[in-house]
Amino acid sequence: MRDAIDTSLAGGTANGAPTTAAPAAGVDQLKIADRTFGSRLLLGTGGFPSLAILGEAIAASGCEIVTVALRRVDPGARGSLIDVLADAGVELLPNTAGCHTARDAVLTARLAREAFETPWVKLEVIGDEDTLLPDAPELLRAAEQLVDEGFVVLPYTTDDPVLARRLADVGCAAVMPLGSPIGSGMGIRNPYNIALIREAVDVPVVLDAGVGTASDAALAMELGCDAVMAASAISRAQDPVRMARAMRAAVQAGRLARAAGRIPRRLYASASTPNEGLPEFP
Amino acid sequence: MIRLNGQDSDVRAGESVAEVLGRLDVPSDARGVAVAVDGEVVPRAQWDSFMLQEHARVEVLSAMQGG
Repeated sequence: MRDAIDTSLAGGTANGAPTTAAPAAGVDQLKIADRTFGSRLLLGTGGFPSLAILGEAIAASGCEIVTVALRRVDPGARGSLIDVLADAGVELLPNTAGCHTARDAVLTARLAREAFETPWVKLEVIGDEDTLLPDAPELLRAAEQLVDEGFVVLPYTTDDPVLARRLADVGCAAVMPLGSPIGSGMGIRNPYNIALIREAVDVPVVLDAGVGTASDAALAMELGCDAVMAASAISRAQDPVRMARAMRAAVQAGRLARAAGRIPRRLYASASTPNEGLPEFP
Repeated sequence: MIRLNGQDSDVRAGESVAEVLGRLDVPSDARGVAVAVDGEVVPRAQWDSFMLQEHARVEVLSAMQGG
């Protein structure tokens, strides 16, 4: 039998048809809550060698949303992150990085709302120091409370479709499943789950964490993600600005490929040149 | 004793949050700054009027690069 053996996860339904309508040029915008964005790449600001390189990378990436953290004031700090981000004209998405309980995450989100004058929050509640994997029960609890308080909540979550659905059900504006642990650069370890998450929720899916290089970002989009967030993959690359450009192109390529509908995977070859008219040689 | 960003400080009871910010060279109109006292947010509008009590635990936070 030489039928298609696997109607791959990457792009399309079981019959190979694209699940996403082909976007018309210029109108393929990312919509989260009541905002729309032209870029489907979100940038984490951590790990850049300097604020100047961060600014250049933002420009090269074309991103419109960047994450920021809150930490104790360092009186000796040089340069202003806030000024760099304001100059870049990007939206701030404060995170709750470093929080291990719902209580701490909720308080951090409230502080971030005060500091950055935005109700948007990338909710992180960490459950394990070695892997930095999310603590699911605390995450869900914090998400529910923050939604109740009027926040636009984008939770960093495991690649579990059931948890993603629970998060969407309590009112999260998007879900941000991990491809692999934060900063690991291990790519998407369970593409199957990421594709299932896309089917499980009606809110945008932003692949977060684990992206190591451009092909990981393209795969995320081919799997149906609505956007990709990258931090270390860009900031700790040997040339962060060039990698920012690469990620931008990869997200666009993956998005286009998803909409185009990839061919099914086959075990055997399927000739692309017809056999009709093939000459016979003596 | 009032704890400021996790350390014992010479901030005295009765000082305002705004005065504490001044000690840290943080202008009261600084962007990207938030203050918590004893685990509760002190809104910017209250920085001048919020007086610290003895044993208060003050956290003054600002924007930091992060994923």
